Amino acid sequence: MAKVPGLVKGLGVTFNTMVQTITKGANTVQYPHEKEAPPIRARGVIALREDNCTSCMLCARSCPDWCIYIEGHKELAPPRRAGGKPRQVNKLDRFDIDYALCMYCGICVEVCPFDALFWSPEYEYSEGRIADLLHDKTKLGEWMETVPEAPELEAGAEKKGKK
Amino acid sequence: MSALLAVEIPYWGQSLLRVLGGIVAVLLPAGTIVYVFLFKMMSFMQSRLGPMEAGPYGSLQLVAEVGKWLQKEDIAPERADRFIFRLAPIVVLASTFLLVAVVPFGPDAWFTNFETGIYYAMAVSSVSVLGIIMAGWASANKYSLLGGLRAAGQLIAYELPMVLAVIGVVIQAESMNLQRIVVAQNAGSIFGWDGLGNPYILTQFVGFLIFMIAVQAELTQAPFDMPIAESELVSGYMTEYSGFRFLMFFIGEFATAGVFALIASVLFLGGWGVPFAWFGWSGIDDVDNWMNIVGPLVMFSKMMLLAFLIMWVRFSYPRFREDQLQRFAWKVLIPVSIGNIVLTAVAKVVF
Repeated sequence: MAKVPGLVKGLGVTFNTMVQTITKGANTVQYPHEKEAPPIRARGVIALREDNCTSCMLCARSCPDWCIYIEGHKELAPPRRAGGKPRQVNKLDRFDIDYALCMYCGICVEVCPFDALFWSPEYEYSEGRIADLLHDKTKLGEWMETVPEAPELEAGAEKKGKK
Repeated sequence: MSALLAVEIPYWGQSLLRVLGGIVAVLLPAGTIVYVFLFKMMSFMQSRLGPMEAGPYGSLQLVAEVGKWLQKEDIAPERADRFIFRLAPIVVLASTFLLVAVVPFGPDAWFTNFETGIYYAMAVSSVSVLGIIMAGWASANKYSLLGGLRAAGQLIAYELPMVLAVIGVVIQAESMNLQRIVVAQNAGSIFGWDGLGNPYILTQFVGFLIFMIAVQAELTQAPFDMPIAESELVSGYMTEYSGFRFLMFFIGEFATAGVFALIASVLFLGGWGVPFAWFGWSGIDDVDNWMNIVGPLVMFSKMMLLAFLIMWVRFSYPRFREDQLQRFAWKVLIPVSIGNIVLTAVAKVVF
């Protein structure tokens, strides 16, 4: 019998929620018709800035799902100073992320030493065929347009990277 | 029935009308309960809108769901006992249809009207246990078997308080006939004041509570949904069912909820009747013919009220543990309902 007040209270909670939903509207939105803006740091899709990539393979090796495919070859670039030796650079041939495998852990973004990978909050890229979820470097490059400006650091936060 | 239509119809015609009426009386409450309570009220209680796309405010969602289930393949597991596996949902649904046969919807609008109506209803309602045990055993699946065993233990344990709660009403109405129980309530009076009749929820409130709790357990609705506990047993005895056979279990669940709400409204809320004193009737023979039309509507609104109670409790409470369930039935509900019978009997003799 000691449990009866709690039981009545529980019924009250559900009843009040029902009244609130009917009078003031639900907490949810009707998705395809209205959309909620995802938070700025939302992990929607990973974008690639191809110019920064050196095909160092750090992201591919750290990926727990092995969903990043990188192929590249070495090229000779003209020397920086006149009379110098030609430089050897890595040229990126293929950079694919298979979003059917990706688990959105973000380790690749963290591990990239050259700021070539970014999180974008864009999330509407489902496909009818699972193979179409393999995004190549052109498509990954297009996602760069949706990457938001990095938010200001909190006051007193330690600034990492180049001084 | 024939008085309602004021023409003589042959026996086969009457039977056909009864079958059609029975289907309507089972499927209409089931569909309404599923849409109004399962789809909409549950969503509102969880601060969401529920189905909104199929039809205005999602009112055709049920049609879409039924269409989906009808398309699905009817799969039976390889090691299953095919015949019993296929028979089980039919047994469960049949018990619902047998149950609605004794419920009166108006002074002449009934399917059958025999003396021991409530006794028959209590007996037939336990047939569904057989169907559930059959489903659990024939599926050749350990989740199904456990679900079936749990259902057997639970339904048998809660059959008893349900029957005992009904006895109080039967003592007070001096009849097991559901029609006479309705008349006794609506023609009755509370200490000479007959503005409300005498719905037995006032005098038999303890019985009403016990009956509704037992109904909740009979329907395996939360907090008594251990037989289909989805987090432990996948979905218990329904695990291996798909397509149309799953649909039959689903209809059976909510149609039985509707029929039990109908029976509870007959037993405790005065059924199809309005207080007879409003129109100066004194017995069933005085009741005007239009009650055959209004009666089912009155009955339906009372059914919705009780179904609301059942579903409200279902959406509010978490699941019992198996030992708590048995302890509650045997140590609380059954003693209380026996005490209720004793008190009712004493009061019946004294007054």
